Amino acid sequence: MNYPEELSYTREHEWIRVEGKKGIIGITDYAQDSLGDVVFVELPEVGRKLKIGEVFGVVESVKAVSDIYSPCSGVVRAVNEKLLDHPEILNQDPYGEGWLIEVEMEELDSELLSSIEYADFAAGEE
Amino acid sequence: MENLPRLKRTPLYAKHLELGAKMVEFGGWEMPVQYAGILEEHQAVRHTAGLFDVCHMGEIQVLGAGAAAFLQRVLTNDVVKMAAGQVIYTLMCYPDGGIVDDMLVYKLDDEKYMLVVNAGNTDKDWNWLREYAHVHAYKEQAEDFILQNISAEVGLLALQGPRAEEILVGIGSVSLKDLRYYRFAVTELAGIKVIISRTGYTGEDGFEIYVGAGNVPAIWDLVMEAGKAQGLVPAGLGARDTLRFEAGLPLYGHELTEKTTPLEAGLEYFVAWEKGDFVGKEALLAQKKEGVPRKLVGLTMLERGIPRAGYPIEKGGVRIGEVTSGSYAPSLEQNLGLAYVLSDEAWLDNEVEVMIRGKALKAKICKKPFYRRTR
Repeated sequence: MNYPEELSYTREHEWIRVEGKKGIIGITDYAQDSLGDVVFVELPEVGRKLKIGEVFGVVESVKAVSDIYSPCSGVVRAVNEKLLDHPEILNQDPYGEGWLIEVEMEELDSELLSSIEYADFAAGEE
Repeated sequence: MENLPRLKRTPLYAKHLELGAKMVEFGGWEMPVQYAGILEEHQAVRHTAGLFDVCHMGEIQVLGAGAAAFLQRVLTNDVVKMAAGQVIYTLMCYPDGGIVDDMLVYKLDDEKYMLVVNAGNTDKDWNWLREYAHVHAYKEQAEDFILQNISAEVGLLALQGPRAEEILVGIGSVSLKDLRYYRFAVTELAGIKVIISRTGYTGEDGFEIYVGAGNVPAIWDLVMEAGKAQGLVPAGLGARDTLRFEAGLPLYGHELTEKTTPLEAGLEYFVAWEKGDFVGKEALLAQKKEGVPRKLVGLTMLERGIPRAGYPIEKGGVRIGEVTSGSYAPSLEQNLGLAYVLSDEAWLDNEVEVMIRGKALKAKICKKPFYRRTR
């Protein structure tokens, strides 16, 4: 499994890339692998306000339905609409083309994990 | 994943791990849900072939001169008119018409039948059959049959897909071209005694291979090797579910339960009214006369969303039913569902709403099966 060092992670298997006030959020390699073939993605509307830990979307594989939690508070500025027609991108490139949303951040969850910490955590989930 | 308590394992458990399968609990067994991926395995079965470990299925033998008469009473379909070498699909009901299980019956000869039942129902079926055997023996003054639960001794593999026949023929010794749908042959594969039937649970042509538990790995390897050139892949329970779902085949615990009847499930074809008395007949006849309160229908989503088992179905804000199985259907590239709805609402193209995470999303009732292979 691959967990890029520059990202921060949640225990619910989301990642966030922080670039100043901007946060880009997706699901981890572990999450996409556990889910299996992703066949449906539901994303929030642009402009929606998010709280830390709030469910903002849903990712469904053939067998499973999984809620996606926000690692920060803020306002949704963009969503990856490509995923609506091509949910398989989430399996192919979870940290790149498979990003879910971009948020104008207010506050970051203080409990986020580093790449190394998350790798340990994910290994323990199996 | 949590450690699940005392799950049973098939003789292929080590093989599945070796193949990198994801293992899940199903009916008290630790089974492979997927190897390479559900979608890939699904497509392989539709276009080439897949091999499934279905050793978790239960097998119960009924032996003796009175075997047929007993089965005729306890099952809904007509066992007496079966020929040796034939397989039939049947329901087994409670006196109130609720379904104990659905199963296949194999007639080996006039005094030997094999029932193939759902893994999670094997103990329940066994107990019900034994219980009813006492009632039957008392009523009929007939004790000329015995029941044997041979689930632990019998392994089962399903080779499914358009190239299944070619693959099995390649292993030799059996003439499968002549084996018709729902017929079986007692034969050998590489010197190992097997029963091969032209049956399956995928909507494709294919075979099910019964073999002694100890020989399951040998047969698995033999078939996998023989199928290499044809693109045969190992397939898990995930693909088995999407395949059966598209083919409109019911799954016990979803479309079929103790609270549903064969008539509600649209399986009247497998209820042999003419054969005489059988368990559940009176209740089912009464239901047929009154009309069923609800029917199993197909659903296709008109808005974005996947219907899932348990989601409520509404019409104009009033609840009219519930989804029993739902999925993205890989061969149709649509989000589809099977659902029970009130009989009055069970008409083609009726627009209804599926409640998905609190939202009412439009769907319409459509024909099932969703998928039918071209022959």
